[in-house]
Amino acid sequence: MNNHRTIKNIEQELIDDFSLFETWEEKYEYLIDLGKKLAPLDPAFKTEEYKIKGCQSSVWIHSFAKDGFVYFEGDSDAIIVRGLVGLMITVMNGQPAKEIVEAPLEFINTIGLSSHLAQTRSNGLRAMIKQMKMDAGAWQVNAENKTVE
Amino acid sequence: METEGIYDVQAIRAQFPILSRKVKGKDLVYLDNAATAQKPLSVIDALVHYYSHYNANIHRGLHTLADEATAAYEASRVAVKEFVGASSPDEIIFTKGTTDSINLVAYSWGKSFLQEGDEIIISSLEHHANIVPWQMIAAEKKAILRVIPISDDGILDMEAFKSMLGPKTKFVSVVHVSNALGIINPVEEIIRLAHQHNAVVLIDGAQSSVHLDIDVQTLGCDFYAFSGHKIYGPTGVGVLYGRRDLLESMPPYQGGGEMIKEVRFEYTTYNELPFKFEAGTPNIADVIALKAGIDFIKSIGKHAIRKHEEQLLEYATAKLKDIAGLRIIGDVKNKVSVISFVIDGVHPQDLAILLDNQGIAVRTGHHCTQPLMHRLGIVGTTRASFAAYNTLDEVELLIQALNKSLKMLL
Ligand SMILES: Cc1ncc(COP(=O)(O)O)c(C=O)c1O
Repeated sequence: MNNHRTIKNIEQELIDDFSLFETWEEKYEYLIDLGKKLAPLDPAFKTEEYKIKGCQSSVWIHSFAKDGFVYFEGDSDAIIVRGLVGLMITVMNGQPAKEIVEAPLEFINTIGLSSHLAQTRSNGLRAMIKQMKMDAGAWQVNAENKTVE
Repeated sequence: METEGIYDVQAIRAQFPILSRKVKGKDLVYLDNAATAQKPLSVIDALVHYYSHYNANIHRGLHTLADEATAAYEASRVAVKEFVGASSPDEIIFTKGTTDSINLVAYSWGKSFLQEGDEIIISSLEHHANIVPWQMIAAEKKAILRVIPISDDGILDMEAFKSMLGPKTKFVSVVHVSNALGIINPVEEIIRLAHQHNAVVLIDGAQSSVHLDIDVQTLGCDFYAFSGHKIYGPTGVGVLYGRRDLLESMPPYQGGGEMIKEVRFEYTTYNELPFKFEAGTPNIADVIALKAGIDFIKSIGKHAIRKHEEQLLEYATAKLKDIAGLRIIGDVKNKVSVISFVIDGVHPQDLAILLDNQGIAVRTGHHCTQPLMHRLGIVGTTRASFAAYNTLDEVELLIQALNKSLKMLL
């Protein structure tokens, strides 16, 4: 727990990383790269149950909890959106459920993604975040005295 | 680079203020014309002029402003009548758009004339606007919705259509030009065949009205629907052309002011055509400005615009085909101004995001034709669609931006 990085810490690191990019190409190459590196989601979870509604592309998020921390895996059929999934996982993975539920996630507005990526409606970023927070909330309730898978 | 000997495209562009704006620091390249066309200054001015000089409610007032507004509103109706070749302005109903026009017919005609077991035929190429209203009325009336199949290229299977027609066929509603693929459907033949079975025919002209010469009497259709915003006019106004005897036989769609002759608490008599179908204060400003959109098209001529757009389409088609892994959907001869494509391993949404960062506006996704995408086995396409003001240079910019995006993605 000593070197646990909080959501805020990770957000700050991302803000620092993004501040080094000078062109839109660099930002998007970063996201595309993140999308390509994201571990593929087990096909067992690429089902309607894990699919997030409200996206132009398909997005799936699966979560599990261990010792009070919540872990996420996800995927999308669009690579930039996959990068966004990766970005959100970077920020929220392995964090305490309560922290995830309460995180304001202000970094999204600060890293200067072009407006329609930040404009969460069109690409389902908002739906993605909502789902991740709902998952965390469910684990918070569930995981009070046991480890649930 | 210029299209050959058609018209001075720069002079046309100068009439469209929006075309000089920048997007993300780059010159806007607007290739989403099938969704909505940009507006010439004359249309914008018509709106401003109406509100600054003669804003008034129409048909009822006895003052000068009301007179002027009524005259302009009705002049628009006459312009539309000529634009589609109707025999009388009474056959022109102003609506909110294509969607509203189709709903009016499905509801009003369907309510009176559809019976259990009757069949309505649409095609696989339809926009949701020409599917959902029919599903709704079919469900209410226990009628059956049938769908003309297509080939993998998007061509209607006319043999299948012929075999569907029969005594139960009551209504045929098909799109003239597919918004997703740009394909022109053989509507003359569809109308002729449907009429042999006494079916009523509606043509969805949302895409054809701006590109093709429309004469509803030559076509022989019973209804023709289109939207003002796709013909360089304002949003919020559309047209339903309907054959007089049919319109007369149909009940009003909505009740209220304007559409009545006499109202008592015991009964109401309805106004005559076209007012019977225009309940309430209409969208006066946009109807008036619609005429300016029509006049803009007339000032160049549909023939010249079509020739110009054909050159853009040809050039774009040839250039796109050079891109590895790119497949044009609906790559047929008989089409207008729309080019829809998919690229192996590339999601259309990724392309749209990267193109937007380069100032290029195209449309990606299912284009409100989900059943068509499903039939073609794709999630969606990237669609570029051209208008009178687009240039070969813009097509070139699209190709460059596309190549750059692919380099980033693959
Ligand atoms: C073929 C077709 N039909 C119907 C519509 C619906 O038009 P509106 O949204 O203007 O009512 C459109 C518009 O995209 C279209 O392209």
